[in-house]
Amino acid sequence: MGPGVADSRVLGGRPEGLTSITLDDDLDPRARLVVVGNGMAGARFVEEVLERGGGEQFRITVFGDEPHGNYNRIMLSPVLAGESHEDEIVLNSHDWYADNGVTLRAGVRVERLDTAAKLVHAADGTGTPYDHLVLATGSYSFIPPVNGVRREDGDLLPGVYGFRTIDETREMLAATSRCRKAVVMGGGLLGLEAARALQGHGMQVELVHAMPHLMNAQLDAEAGAILKKSVESLGIGVHLDSLASEVLGSEHVEGVLLEDGRRLDCDLLVVAAGVRPHTDVAVRSGLEVERGIVVDDQLRTDDPDVYAIGECAQHRGSVYGLVAPAWEHATVLADVLTGTDPTAEYLGSRTATKLKVAGVDVATMGVNSPERDDDEFLVISEPKRGVHMSVVIRDDRLVGATLLGDTRKVAYLTQAFDRGSPLPEERIRLLVDLTDGKEEVGVADMPADSQVCNCNGVTKGAICGAVADGCGSVGAVMDRTRAGKGCGSCTSLVKQVVEWAADGDVAEDPAASYYVPGIPLAKPALMAAIREQDLRSVSAVFAALAPGGAEDAKSKMGLTSLLKTVWGVDLVPEKDGEFINDRVHANIQRDGTFSVVPQIKGGVTTPAQLKRIAEVAEKYEVPMVKITGGQRLDLLGVRKEDLPAVWDDLGMPSGYAYGKSFRTVKTCVGSDFCRFGLGDSTQLGIDLETRFQGIESPAKMKLAVVGCPRNCAEAYVKDVGVVAIGNGRWEVYVGGAAGASVRKGDLLATVDSPEAVIELTGRFLQYYRENANWLERTYDFVPRVGLERIRQVLLEDAEGIVADLDAGMQASIDAYRDPWGQDAREPATPGQFRSSLPLIPLPQVPVR
Amino acid sequence: MSVSTRTPEAPTTPGTETGTPATGVAVPGTAAPPAGRAYTVGRAGDVPPGEGRAFVAGDVQVAVFRLRDGSLHATQAACPHAGGPLADGQTDADVLVCPLHLYAYRWSDGSSTGGAGPLQRYPVREVDGLLVVDV
Ligand code: SRM
Ligand SMILES: Cc1cc2nc3c(=O)[nH]c(=O)nc-3n(C[C@H](O)[C@H](O)[C@H](O)COP(=O)(O)OP(=O)(O)OC[C@H]3O[C@@H](n4cnc5c(N)ncnc54)[C@H](O)[C@@H]3O)c2cc1C
Ligand code: SF4
Ligand code: FES
Repeated sequence: MGPGVADSRVLGGRPEGLTSITLDDDLDPRARLVVVGNGMAGARFVEEVLERGGGEQFRITVFGDEPHGNYNRIMLSPVLAGESHEDEIVLNSHDWYADNGVTLRAGVRVERLDTAAKLVHAADGTGTPYDHLVLATGSYSFIPPVNGVRREDGDLLPGVYGFRTIDETREMLAATSRCRKAVVMGGGLLGLEAARALQGHGMQVELVHAMPHLMNAQLDAEAGAILKKSVESLGIGVHLDSLASEVLGSEHVEGVLLEDGRRLDCDLLVVAAGVRPHTDVAVRSGLEVERGIVVDDQLRTDDPDVYAIGECAQHRGSVYGLVAPAWEHATVLADVLTGTDPTAEYLGSRTATKLKVAGVDVATMGVNSPERDDDEFLVISEPKRGVHMSVVIRDDRLVGATLLGDTRKVAYLTQAFDRGSPLPEERIRLLVDLTDGKEEVGVADMPADSQVCNCNGVTKGAICGAVADGCGSVGAVMDRTRAGKGCGSCTSLVKQVVEWAADGDVAEDPAASYYVPGIPLAKPALMAAIREQDLRSVSAVFAALAPGGAEDAKSKMGLTSLLKTVWGVDLVPEKDGEFINDRVHANIQRDGTFSVVPQIKGGVTTPAQLKRIAEVAEKYEVPMVKITGGQRLDLLGVRKEDLPAVWDDLGMPSGYAYGKSFRTVKTCVGSDFCRFGLGDSTQLGIDLETRFQGIESPAKMKLAVVGCPRNCAEAYVKDVGVVAIGNGRWEVYVGGAAGASVRKGDLLATVDSPEAVIELTGRFLQYYRENANWLERTYDFVPRVGLERIRQVLLEDAEGIVADLDAGMQASIDAYRDPWGQDAREPATPGQFRSSLPLIPLPQVPVR
Repeated sequence: MSVSTRTPEAPTTPGTETGTPATGVAVPGTAAPPAGRAYTVGRAGDVPPGEGRAFVAGDVQVAVFRLRDGSLHATQAACPHAGGPLADGQTDADVLVCPLHLYAYRWSDGSSTGGAGPLQRYPVREVDGLLVVDV
């Protein structure tokens, strides 16, 4: 699902005709509670009210300027980075409001309140009466009045964006595909997160910050300087003390002119120069407004029936820009309005922040430097490692902490900070673990009401409660309490608390140990049962081993793979047990077309092959022919109905680019051609691919062979990587990766012939196939089992299974049949290649 | 309040794609539109156990599934989330899983276990070895 595509989609929306407008019925005795602002504070407030049974007391109406349901604004950064899908950040869908009898006026902006008549005047001309009104209008991105940043009509110059809403995020995401260079204005949390996210899309990013150091709101100059280094090392340009004097471009942004005369070209400009509270409604309604809407300790404005919460509220002189205070507001106000605790008061928040930028860990809380003569100040600074840690202690209480580059102690410090809990005599322990198990002690010491998950305001007590109620696993507790479901940075602490509460014997997430969710068995037990009970089909496995014999759609793919590993040819095939990719031996694309990647062993092709591929591409009007990262050619956007004919015309075997199986062997040109070559890497790669082609496995198996340690074909980061080191000797590395995680493989052994390489590779792959969990890549498998163990098993035959491993692999190799060669002739099941979207003309993917 | 997914509002090409037996076998009485009518879309054998196949009923594309327990179900052909080809999905007794982003939809009411949807379902039955869908 690409950006751009989804632009108009309503996040958490419901289809045409399903919106329920609760009619305002005068017989309804319930008081009218109207919330202006459907953001994180407003929606949380409604939740809190409902949790207190407020549904009986109030007819609730929520106005939201944004057309969407309520979503987790915090997570816009990961969405912009492409790490989270926008659907994952929905907190309350439109359905949720309907189901809870809350009237959501999404996409309706409120203009002003008539506090005398107690009416809400909205942009759509409606007037809505209220008894109690809550302003939760949040903030908007502040756009400095720089020349050229706006057009005559006042709109932002195309290509210039604030970073506050999902719509802005979508537009930026869409822009990433068109744009090359981005300038981010503002070196605070938001600016840094935006810069990193855009850079992740391959854009060249320059960060312009008006202050002398980054994150100046949270960090002191020294920490700021170290942060600058880390950010620059990510490849982001940082310009400090720099003010933009002009935004260039008439139709679309072309660059930014700095006051010192320098010019930064860009086709995307993100303004993250701070936020301003949305106070316009309050102002027009004659409420007292300073920086924010002024409220008392019960979040009440100067009008007794109007309240303000979240970022738009100003309490005791401070306006917060974080979600935790907003949620504290919501809780207190819900207590007050529902009468659960009429005397509840909000006395201000102690704020802690965390930078959500991969590779740059920053966590800060409270003050960043001593303010009084008798403040204790402990600093550990390692600029080289990019680590800077400091704590400020006042009267034996932690009043501030800064963690940069190493945030392992953040959970512990947050507790000390929030609770003012007693600190260790040796202050150094605050920053460094001098003994193991420190964390547990920390957890045990935490008072029950101390907050563990700040995003969802879940306390240690709540978690212990869930455990007491029988939530036996971390996962169960997280589902029940929502702990760890916000930005996720607290997950490890949640785990610790659960373990502590469950008194050590934490039911290791039972499901976590299952090979597939639907069958309550770990892989070894499952394989044993399959063999003993002679279960040869997916349905047979469900019938025999699943609770109540119930099949589970999401378990089928993993079981099919396992059965193929166990039974080879003797498997009883069931097409519905396979994922669509395996059913049609191609990789499904976003529009329902497929990609075809023919086998090109070792990345070595021939003019004849290339001609055939070219002819096929033309004949079937293939939208894109691409040279893949796996050293072969991908024909993308092929119609399902055309697949068999395409294979026939290609006359090449499948490259298995779609399967959880043996994929490719990348090779370099090796000793035959390369002046540095120490071994015939090309031939060895071809031989490996010939032997292990198409073997199914728990997850992809990608290999590479290189002719010398220059490693041109990236063998060090492959599931199995082979490196020629001369004198006929080859190094075999395992568990390498350069995908979602990057890991250099571990040297399994150095052997002295290509035959030995092939034999050892076979043993390793089979050991992995038999012992890895479903979808567990070797980069997780090898560290889990441990290189030493693997060496013992494979090199010293410590378990006496090497012969079986060889036999098992040989059986799978004998079972190999090129799927294209088969199914092209006659379909495996009726309609195997029938279009699944008969009325939609495919391809819909762009044609290049 | 409306949601626009990537499914075109109206089919861009009318009629049936070649190979779809929709027009192949007409049952007396079930002629053309208007909607709410029963259409014979294919033969029982066209949908293998556990799998789904897409058909055209009148001017609506539908996905028909035969679960392992033998029961038949029919839904809209394109996923409400982002237009994924649901007939290519995987099934069990409770849900249909879309192949693109693995959202799951309950047979019982078409609701999604993951916040997308809901899914439009159609009555489907087998009449003398033919598949009949009401749209
Ligand atoms: C086509 C290709 C990109 C390209 O144009 O170069 C590609 C395309 C896809 N990759 Fe890849 N990967 C491609 C090489 C790679 C590589 C590079 C390599 O193989 O040397 C990697 C890093 C190495 C690795 O495997 O980690 C790579 C790491 C991934 C990952 C992350 C896997 C991981 O565990 O970290 C995924 C996601 C997944 O598999 O869950 C993925 C998933 C995908 C999928 C299958 C997305 C999906 O789930 O549908 C893409 C399918 C598009 C298609 O239909 O072809 N692709 N992918 C490359 C095909 C190589 C080939 O000839 O078979
Ligand atoms: C990219 C990003 C990352 C962030 N990361 C973090 C983080 O890591 N940690 C953290 O604590 N905080 C973070 N924040 C800040 C956090 O999102 C805010 O503190 C929080 O959203 C405040 O909630 P709110 O309800 O007060 O304001 P909002 O969430 O902005 O909600 C206000 C809502 O009111 C609506 N509205 C405004 N005026 C009107 C009107 N007149 N009529 C109707 N509706 C109106 C707006 O459209 C908006 O939907 C981040 C923010 C962004 C943008
Ligand atoms: S091809 Fe690979 S890297 Fe590119 S979008 Fe698909 S999964 Fe991501
Ligand atoms: S299209 Fe069906 S889950 Fe995304």
